[in-house]
Amino acid sequence: MNFPILSSLILLPIVGALFLFFTKDKEGNNLTAKYVALFTTVVNFLISIYLWISFDQSTSSFQFVEDRVWIEGFINYKVGVDGISILFIILTTFITPICIISVNNSVKNRLRDFLIAILIMESFMIGVFCALDLVVFYLFFEAGLIPMFLIIGIWGGARRVYSAFKFFLYTLLGSVLMLVAIISIYWITGTTDVIQLYEIGIDVKYQNLLWLAFFSSFAVKTPMWPVHTWLPDAHVEAPTAGSVLLAAILLKMAGYGFIRFSLGLFPIASEVFTPLIYTLSVIAIIFTSLIALMQEDMKKLIAYSSVAHMGFVTLGIFTLQQQGIEGSIIQMISHGLVSAALFLTVGVVYDRMHSRLISTYGGLVSVIPKYSILFMLFALASLGLPGTSGFIGEFLILMGAFKDNFLVAVIASIGVILGAAYMLWLYKRVVFGKLINEDLKKILDLNRSEYFILSCLAAPILFFGFYPDPLINTIEVSVTDLINMHNSNIASK
Amino acid sequence: MENLNLVLPEIFISLSIMFLLVLGVFKKDSSKITFILSLFAILITAIITINETFSVSRETLFNESVVIDSLSSLMKIITLVGGFLVLVISSRYLKTFKIYNIEYPILILSSILGMMVMISSNDLIVFYMGLELQSLALYVLATYNRDQLKSSEAGLKYFVLSALSSGLLLYGCSLVYGFSGSTNFDIISNQLNSNEYVLTFGIVFILVGLAFKISAVPFHMWAPDVYEGSPTTVTLFFTMVPKIAALTLFIRFLYVPFLNLIDQWQMIIVFLSIASMIFGAVAAIGQTNIKRLIAYSSISHIGYTLAGLATASNEGIQSSIIYISIYVVMNLALFCCLLMLRRKDQYYEDISDLSGLSKNHPILSLCLLVILFSLAGIPPLAGFFAKFYVFIAVLEQSMYFLAIVGLLSTVVAAFYYLRIIKIIYFDKEKDKYDTDHSLWLKFSLTVSTILILLYFIFPSQLIEVVSRINII
Repeated sequence: MNFPILSSLILLPIVGALFLFFTKDKEGNNLTAKYVALFTTVVNFLISIYLWISFDQSTSSFQFVEDRVWIEGFINYKVGVDGISILFIILTTFITPICIISVNNSVKNRLRDFLIAILIMESFMIGVFCALDLVVFYLFFEAGLIPMFLIIGIWGGARRVYSAFKFFLYTLLGSVLMLVAIISIYWITGTTDVIQLYEIGIDVKYQNLLWLAFFSSFAVKTPMWPVHTWLPDAHVEAPTAGSVLLAAILLKMAGYGFIRFSLGLFPIASEVFTPLIYTLSVIAIIFTSLIALMQEDMKKLIAYSSVAHMGFVTLGIFTLQQQGIEGSIIQMISHGLVSAALFLTVGVVYDRMHSRLISTYGGLVSVIPKYSILFMLFALASLGLPGTSGFIGEFLILMGAFKDNFLVAVIASIGVILGAAYMLWLYKRVVFGKLINEDLKKILDLNRSEYFILSCLAAPILFFGFYPDPLINTIEVSVTDLINMHNSNIASK
Repeated sequence: MENLNLVLPEIFISLSIMFLLVLGVFKKDSSKITFILSLFAILITAIITINETFSVSRETLFNESVVIDSLSSLMKIITLVGGFLVLVISSRYLKTFKIYNIEYPILILSSILGMMVMISSNDLIVFYMGLELQSLALYVLATYNRDQLKSSEAGLKYFVLSALSSGLLLYGCSLVYGFSGSTNFDIISNQLNSNEYVLTFGIVFILVGLAFKISAVPFHMWAPDVYEGSPTTVTLFFTMVPKIAALTLFIRFLYVPFLNLIDQWQMIIVFLSIASMIFGAVAAIGQTNIKRLIAYSSISHIGYTLAGLATASNEGIQSSIIYISIYVVMNLALFCCLLMLRRKDQYYEDISDLSGLSKNHPILSLCLLVILFSLAGIPPLAGFFAKFYVFIAVLEQSMYFLAIVGLLSTVVAAFYYLRIIKIIYFDKEKDKYDTDHSLWLKFSLTVSTILILLYFIFPSQLIEVVSRINII
């Protein structure tokens, strides 16, 4: 494979952004800019699909690897994909065009700049998922803060400044310790190349501290309880497209980081800190589900549900069982689709009524039936109903958890019930009941573009719910080898 | 016979200063021609420096009191480039305040000459001579806008405090001379041993004097006032050029005469570094004047530079030099933006004047965005790499505390840079500023911003240049 397909995936959005930068910004609905951005991201999506088709599922070694000298004798620009990362890349390239279609109503001013920010964000996110060098990973991981800060800060809601600052500083604070760890790894082992590090292994005496440094960054980004407080603020204030990107992809960077770096590089420390992760995950699942029950703001409720779902993900990863890790990956993909869809459904009614409060709504089913059906599908997928992709992930995670620790699994199962409770109650209060608010009577049902993007999201949710094989086949070999490598590392301790 | 070609840059620049002075005396209204000629003088000096000294690995002159090596030639070139750019973008500002006189370029040239002598010094006396030459020129420059109270105040404050620190420095030098019996750095290095406690006082006095010159905490008090009061172009000069020379002196002192006394000075440098990083970050939060804010931010940047020096390794020195080079570019870009905040012959320098800038001046705001994120050290901009190299060197020596404190203070610093970005991008807009800037100003801003933005594509080049500097 000579053509640098991964680099072109990373670079294409930037090229699109540059092109947009040199077009003239128009007031109002800037169709040219939108078409350019849409075209770029759709092409990117097609490339990533091609990547998936030509991806060899029978091996766990990294494919499409590109290796170039970047800083002489120190850092190489190295990218590549394996079964785990390829799914996240496709998720990214799939969600971004949907975001771009959805900006129709939510972004009123400076549309061109908004699209530039989204495109740059996309290329950074793809970079995170295919980086095979710790420094390159860190660069992409941190660089994403800049466009997201601007997206929240410029196009956000009333408390946008506070939220943007909180988002930026929280994440930065978590990440600087990871930078210390990355440089220390360089001095301990002499390389920051992930593949080489997998082979060399890191001395046991350093592992615990390094693991904690990486953890501090990933825990904030995941977000895990108790450092999750930036997420509800950021979600609530961000424009719809920003919330979608944040929930669907940004949160997955940390889960991906846990699998790729925490498990892969520090197997012994991962074993040591499993109880910590279990505790925090279980608290996140139960505690934030209870908080979600009490929310009056729809976006906030979904934000808290994201924290609970990511609790399942971290729980699954650190079961260190085949099912657990596979479940976590599928849960992340599924949550990427479902949370994106939920934020978009909230965005649809918000654009019409300019209120995110649950009490504004009620009885929507009698005025906008199409919307209500799709909303129901996403709500059910979020609570993990069999037949939706949410079920596969949660089920596998719980299966892995039962193998490893019965008590934790039982408590986490309670979380599933709570998840059903807050989601169904939300749905009931918004869609069913009497139509009290007079303004709601004039509300319009989904327009064509909204209908299109929500259906685009509904299709894979249902498809993978019934037939998860394409996902599982892609990740299976990589996960098996990860577990084998982990076990052999533990055994040789 | 000494090889005078090696000091040809210094000789040429002194001759140009004298010539320009004579020209100024005999020709009326000669400010414009003086400006142009002094630009050429700097340019030619830079070319001579590159030609004559860049390939020299290490040569000494005049009884080993002057040293020409890769460190001195690189630092001289950065100094000259900095001086050139300051001169090039000042004219519009000076004309506005009606201080477009012949003295300005001549004073800048004199201080550059002083710095070049400092950079090349290998002897206490030569070093002190250079230091005083540059300081005297700087005192006058600080008070150059003499009709304004603040400028005079800045000059006086700078003069009094700087004279005090020079006194301390001299006292330290005399102690060191007393113990070693020589003023030559190489000889001192052989004569000194760490058993003499009084010698520690000498080192401390010298370090205090130098710390004052680069405004490291706790000897920073003059910086905010002087930076605020001086004319903006002079502030630009202050924040870039003298720091390069003073940093070179730090390297020369610590790693030639005092290398064997590393136990005595390492803790001092670590303390200066940590104190500067934290104080610079925290104190900048409450500032409302951009120049004061830049003063505090330059204090914290000096902290990072010192962190590299504290490692006592070649990598550390190289990372400090990389840091200061990148810092010079970022600083230049920031001041270019500041000089563009002009409306009807009045310059604005409050942070609130930036409010909503992105609506009326999208390109300028984009440049500011890049510069500020780079100053905050966010990847993939140049400022991140500057910090990255420093922390690589620091962690190589297992100085974890220094690294973690440094990185945590970047988070604090990020707050006030974000605050400016917030004001530019999130707040309500004000009236438009004038856009008829001089071509040089636009050019400097564009080039420096592009350098900051695209540094990550070719990071190796700078490392290659700097890696020739091996002091230890």
